[in-house]
Amino acid sequence: MALNTSRTDAAALHEKPEPFWLDPKKRAVLFQILVLGVVGLIAWYLISNTVANLQRQKIATGFDFLGKEAAFEIGESLIAYDASNTYARALVVGALNTVKVSFIGIVITVILGTFIGIARLSSNWLISRLAAAYIEFMQDIPVLIQLFFWYAIFYETLPSPRQALNPMHGVFLCNRGLIMPVPEFHPAYRYVFLAFVAACFLVWGLRRWARKRQDETGKTFPVFRVSLGLLVGLPLAVWMALGSPFSLNVPELRGFNFRGGTTLSPEFMALLLGLILYTAAFVAEVVRAGIQSVSKGQREAAMSLGLRPAQVLRLVILPQALRVIIPPLTSQMLNLTKNSSLAVAIGYPDFVSVANTTINQTGQSIEGVALIMVVYLFFSLSTSAFMNWYNKKVKLVER
Amino acid sequence: MSEHAEVVKPPVTSIGVVGWLRQNLFNTPLNSLLTLATLYFLWTVLPPFVRWAFLDASWFTPSQVCRDGAGACWSVITQNIRFILFGFYPYDQQWRPMTAVVLLLGLLFYSRDRKNWSKWLGYAWVVGLASMGVLMAGGVPGLPAVESTKWGGLPLTLLLSVFGLTAAYPLGVILALGRQSKMPAVKVLCVVYIEMIRGVPLISLLFMGSIIFPLFLPEGITINKILRAQVAIILFTAAYIAEVVRGGLQAIPRGQYEAAESLGLNYYLTMRLVILPQALKIVIPPTVSILISAFKDTSLVVIIALYDVLKTSQTVLSNPEWMGFSREVYIFLAILYFLGCFSMSHYSRKLEMELSTDNH
Repeated sequence: MALNTSRTDAAALHEKPEPFWLDPKKRAVLFQILVLGVVGLIAWYLISNTVANLQRQKIATGFDFLGKEAAFEIGESLIAYDASNTYARALVVGALNTVKVSFIGIVITVILGTFIGIARLSSNWLISRLAAAYIEFMQDIPVLIQLFFWYAIFYETLPSPRQALNPMHGVFLCNRGLIMPVPEFHPAYRYVFLAFVAACFLVWGLRRWARKRQDETGKTFPVFRVSLGLLVGLPLAVWMALGSPFSLNVPELRGFNFRGGTTLSPEFMALLLGLILYTAAFVAEVVRAGIQSVSKGQREAAMSLGLRPAQVLRLVILPQALRVIIPPLTSQMLNLTKNSSLAVAIGYPDFVSVANTTINQTGQSIEGVALIMVVYLFFSLSTSAFMNWYNKKVKLVER
Repeated sequence: MSEHAEVVKPPVTSIGVVGWLRQNLFNTPLNSLLTLATLYFLWTVLPPFVRWAFLDASWFTPSQVCRDGAGACWSVITQNIRFILFGFYPYDQQWRPMTAVVLLLGLLFYSRDRKNWSKWLGYAWVVGLASMGVLMAGGVPGLPAVESTKWGGLPLTLLLSVFGLTAAYPLGVILALGRQSKMPAVKVLCVVYIEMIRGVPLISLLFMGSIIFPLFLPEGITINKILRAQVAIILFTAAYIAEVVRGGLQAIPRGQYEAAESLGLNYYLTMRLVILPQALKIVIPPTVSILISAFKDTSLVVIIALYDVLKTSQTVLSNPEWMGFSREVYIFLAILYFLGCFSMSHYSRKLEMELSTDNH
């Protein structure tokens, strides 16, 4: 009985039933249906147009073309490839070239950028001004113009192989690119590599053991020095035990070209140089901001605890600076990878360039552009997955 | 009682030029070494460069004189400046893009000062942009029509940047608000859009605009190439602006939302009067860096064969008469872009300081 009366009371409060557009919840549902409907309609319109156009122009759809013969050559490749291979293999070659230039570029960029970032904070007026000028200039010039500039330096300014610049023994710089010596392969290197892997495992175990011992007994162990010794010493010992084989394959000028050594093409060098010099300016800013974010008191507090300078850096400054540095640094690495797609403008066969050739030959533009997007999305999403993992990890370090 | 206190001057070595040098360049042995090494490096690089770029350079000569000279050939710029700046725009009509560029720069210059920001300035921009469009396209009495396929050079670069940025900004703000929205469908749509665009390079969107976009339209309807590239740039930049604006929205304390709600403001008014004015102010510096990279990114349209200032310069270089002077041309373009980007970043720093003073 009581229940019933309270219900009627509540109903009596709203003499008129509330119209649905004044109820925020119902309105939100309606709005979302509307948005989804409009987006769906637009998508349907575009897709139906596309299907009609494809049928009218008799363009094939689907990814069957991947199995067909590519019939175009690719200038440089990490795996065996020739024109009789399939489009799929050509695209893999392109993707590997993208990975190659991005990986080498990222490693050098981080090192160079860190140096410039530290130079920017130097107490030496001249060096800090120079670093500042470098950062400002490089950031304000489009990377594409930088790529074209370096490419022009290679094919226009540098001499032909016969007059190649020879800055160091065995290293040549000419309009065919950079030619340099490489160590010749020897079966012993396999064991040296195995020794290095073993050393990595040993170091990992050693760190665990040292940390455990420190937690239990408070005794410290010179982990860093011993690890370094292991990582360098073990492979070195194996190499020497096997008779220290070493020979360089030094390039030589024969006729109009070089024999031996390895050649980095002008396209690759221009792309690498442009990407490195451009991205290093941004990395330098990231590093500078990271170092400045650690307050002076932290260093003073750590020193007053009696830590040695190396420990201050490793245990106090770096963990805090890296927390600020790593997220923007990763996005710079990703930017470098995405900018490597500009290779198409100077003719380095990266993924976009190969996909572009594929589109031109097969006419299947939708599939081609979709492939480009999927490959780069894969890079980006895996990077952001790493970022989320890292952010979680540094959060645990926080109090 | 004229007792002269002896005035002890600070030692010569700690004031003046010598003191400054000691303090800033030679304060430690390592720094001294670095200073000397840097000076040596500059000494080996700068004089040859100055000789090449200025002393031995030819400025207003035919190409043959350039080839005989040892220095830089700036003549490749000066002799072809009209083509580099205006592309294939009809030669006798080139005063029109020139006027449009001057109009745009004038408006930008006038808007620089915050004292001039008013409703009238907004109208002036609308009128200015519209008259720029009329000047470029023509088709009114006195101005013969010029097809957009003939637009090129600097006006095209500026057009792509200015229209791209003005259209991307509101779109980016809407996307950022959508991403913060409590409605799941809206939120998911915005997140997918933003993350997808940010994950792919601009070049793939430009390809999409130039190759796939025509397939999206019903038979018989075509949209010109510049507009398609423009749409790609807008869609791309909007995603980045959205992320920046989101950062600003997240920095606004909850109390601001609650206060606005308790005043009885609805969603639209809360955003317009309370949240966005604060959020957009916080994100001025990162927004400007997005604008700078968008401006730099317009150079990518060269890959889909639009005649922006980079492409017109390369066309000059492909002329046998001027072949081989790429360095000079790219340095000129670098300076052009540098001036644009540097003035933007300089302005943003100034604006940031002006806006932050009222917080003290």
